[in-house]
Amino acid sequence: MMKRLTISQKKSLLGVLFVSPWFLGFVFLFAIPLYESLVYSFNHLVVAIGGFDTEFVGLKYYEEIFYKHPTFNRMLVDSIVDLVINIPSIVVFSLFAATLLNQKFRGRVLARAIFFLPVLLATNLLTIEQSSDLATVAQTVTGGADGEGLKSSELEALLLESGFGSGITTYITGSVNRIYDIISHSGVQILIFLAGLQSVSPSLYEAAKIEGATGFEAFWKITFPMVSPLILTNIVYTVIDSYNYNKLSILINETAFKALDFSLSAAMSWVYFAVTSIILLILVRVVSSKVFYYD
Amino acid sequence: MKAGVTYTRFARQKQPLVKLQHWAWILIRATLVTGLCFVILYPIFFKISIAFKERADMLDPTVLWIPKHFTLENFRFAADTLHYADTFFNSLFISLLTTVLQVISCSLAAFGFARLKFKGSGILFALAVFTIVVPSQTLMIPTYLNYRFFDVGGLLGWFTGNNGINLLDSYWPFILQAATGMGIKSGLFIFIFRQFFRGIPKELEEAAYIDGCGVFQTFYRIMMPNAFPAIITVLLFSFVWMWNDNYYVSLLLTRIKVLSTMLPTMWTATQFEDGLYAYMIKNTGELLFIAPIIILYVFVQRYFVESVERTGVVG
Repeated sequence: MMKRLTISQKKSLLGVLFVSPWFLGFVFLFAIPLYESLVYSFNHLVVAIGGFDTEFVGLKYYEEIFYKHPTFNRMLVDSIVDLVINIPSIVVFSLFAATLLNQKFRGRVLARAIFFLPVLLATNLLTIEQSSDLATVAQTVTGGADGEGLKSSELEALLLESGFGSGITTYITGSVNRIYDIISHSGVQILIFLAGLQSVSPSLYEAAKIEGATGFEAFWKITFPMVSPLILTNIVYTVIDSYNYNKLSILINETAFKALDFSLSAAMSWVYFAVTSIILLILVRVVSSKVFYYD
Repeated sequence: MKAGVTYTRFARQKQPLVKLQHWAWILIRATLVTGLCFVILYPIFFKISIAFKERADMLDPTVLWIPKHFTLENFRFAADTLHYADTFFNSLFISLLTTVLQVISCSLAAFGFARLKFKGSGILFALAVFTIVVPSQTLMIPTYLNYRFFDVGGLLGWFTGNNGINLLDSYWPFILQAATGMGIKSGLFIFIFRQFFRGIPKELEEAAYIDGCGVFQTFYRIMMPNAFPAIITVLLFSFVWMWNDNYYVSLLLTRIKVLSTMLPTMWTATQFEDGLYAYMIKNTGELLFIAPIIILYVFVQRYFVESVERTGVVG
């Protein structure tokens, strides 16, 4: 006779049942392919009509990537540099935009809806950036106002005159020139920050106002620490999001399906994964130590 | 003492300098918001404007936004090239199917993680979130081979003697992925649902148990209706990401044509015309591509921003 299960035991068993479809998917569609991918990167893979063959070659493909492939090293460094440059721009811009959108003004709902729009449009597929030659031709021919083509030469002069160093000036003007890129990649981050800002309890602000804090002080002493956990979340999300529009991802895709060199592509993708994991770990460690948790 | 401070602040607010600061800030904010909105909306307006223009209008310097010769010819040509009826239906079908399956599977898993604790549920949840961190290129080749010679643990091969069935070029890979909670960024959806379920008061659940609901009934009668914001969020994200997805569809589908893979045909269809016409058709095609999404967004966005706060993603 089966022993009667207690309520909590029943619940645990049901918990396992609820999670089991996901777990099956995880094992068969993620864990096993992940392991196989690692194996393929150490093997020479040949796909035939009836099946495929592997032949162990050790570190040959990894050597090929680093020593013989013409563009991999450069692409890797390019992608990482792009990522590291974009993260502060995107996170700072998202925080700024979220703060703007959190204030009460007319048309706020519309503004929020518009700001989130770039997430829905597949910016990697569409010619949203009118930067090709054809686009500029079309624009000059139609006499259209040059929106995206604005170069921030005045801004640069202004910043340099006010005493900023040339490094930070280049960074800021570079970001302004790429404003469309930054906006289109910060939709979800704005949403997260906005939700975070709304969850800061107003009594904190009231108390600060009573004590005589100005708007700026309220921002730095209250808002900024309260959303600092979300800064970490957004940094991680930005890194993950960059997988989609990365030059290196395109290279990996092409190597696999145009050049039909599967093992090389697998090796490349593992290197990419390892590098981004290291970056993520470093970022999480560094930022975690500065985050303020209000409990 | 407090009254004195309050009065001083009130008096200060009426001072001209403070009022000026206040209005200056409003002006700056309005400029910034309008400017950024313009930058975001400009490409869409540009596309709409081009789509209705005739070729002559493109070369006419007096025509900026509103075309002189209003025409639907571009739409007709673009729709023909894209085989719009077929591809639209395919895209819609895949997106809807995967969305519905993902909502179901992710909410089931998340409910298990949130409310029904078992040993190791914490680790499994961490693994669920880990699935988003791994770049999909790392799994690209095994996924392709997996579906090319699909065989669950060698069982099918044992029965039929060949290497497994070819699931490529059908809807099955997507169905399998979505039904097991392994679709595009599914880990994020599981996370959203779990945070939301944790935020629902336990008393509600306990009341249901007292009234005689089983666990499963509690799930679909109590938890899911309360999770409406989370469902909307996941619905929107999942649909949009699947609609826009270029990676999985180009990996797994060849004969079935989906809208996102047909876009490059815009260039090749007009390669014998001049560049300007090709440019117009390309933009019209893209407009046809993003139009359903924008329409969906217009309906859903009312629930959307508020929903993220209430999903408890933020704690």
